[in-house]
Amino acid sequence: MALVFDRGRKHRLLVLPALFDEANKLRRQTIEIMARLDLSGIDSFLPDFPGCNESLEPLGTQTLDSWRAAAAEAAAHFQVTHVLSIRAGALLAPPALPGWRYAATTGAKTLRSMLRARTIAAREAGHSEKPEELAEKARKFGIELAGWPLGSAMFSALEAAAANVDSQQATIDQADIGGPGLWLRAEPAEDPEQADALAALVAIGLTHL
Amino acid sequence: MTVRPAKDKTGTGSSVKGGLPPSRSAIDANLRAILCDVLALDAAIVEAFDHDTGLFGHRPELDSMAVATLFTEMEDRLDIIIEDDDVDGEMLETYGGLLVFAEAKAVGL
Repeated sequence: MALVFDRGRKHRLLVLPALFDEANKLRRQTIEIMARLDLSGIDSFLPDFPGCNESLEPLGTQTLDSWRAAAAEAAAHFQVTHVLSIRAGALLAPPALPGWRYAATTGAKTLRSMLRARTIAAREAGHSEKPEELAEKARKFGIELAGWPLGSAMFSALEAAAANVDSQQATIDQADIGGPGLWLRAEPAEDPEQADALAALVAIGLTHL
Repeated sequence: MTVRPAKDKTGTGSSVKGGLPPSRSAIDANLRAILCDVLALDAAIVEAFDHDTGLFGHRPELDSMAVATLFTEMEDRLDIIIEDDDVDGEMLETYGGLLVFAEAKAVGL
């Protein structure tokens, strides 16, 4: 399944969302951005990764490579011309596709926050877990973090994963957008001004490429 | 209980000259800015947080994932490393507890 704004226009943008907990926090904002791009005459496509949202696949058997393959498949299926990745979505972007990565983060940072959330919750429940011990177990057996079951292959690959520096995608930092990153917020939220700024950067980039 | 007005501002205004660890007021200001971003509150509301203002366990939106995000952001913006063993209920329960923790970390305790 995918959420699409498709009117058969010239510019077709694959949107690779933030992952895991940040996916929830940023989904509304991501769709706000897509709606603005639609008004600027740009088609956009937000696929569900296997094991996420409407996908019927189990998440625990997915790997970073299966997600990369899914991103490449979506790019081919929707015949996209460009890609916009958000946060850890940058880890999945097909390198040859031109476009942007917004506030890219590494797999290691993504896991660190989720491991930390788990140890904080455990402590609150009265038992102690150490992030290093959890990571060691996760590399062998997989782990559930913040409600997301991750297989051992996914966990290990994420630990080493960073955005491909040789890719054709330009960097958009949060400082280019202004205001605090919405992934910091405890509750999912949207910010119309930030959505305007990001959509404008992409729209201007597309019409000048 | 959410927010109480500041009773006094003493103890947060000392300044330190260059070369030394960041001043208490700088850490205080930074920490309030991070909380603004995480809790999505107006600066004026977070500005009114005092030593006893409740955080973890007092604000339903501040769950374990939000606290993890808060710590990661504190590490980035305050240039500190937070070890798992550093974390206890007391430092998270109130704004004052968190500020004292951040100050201790910033001077390398």
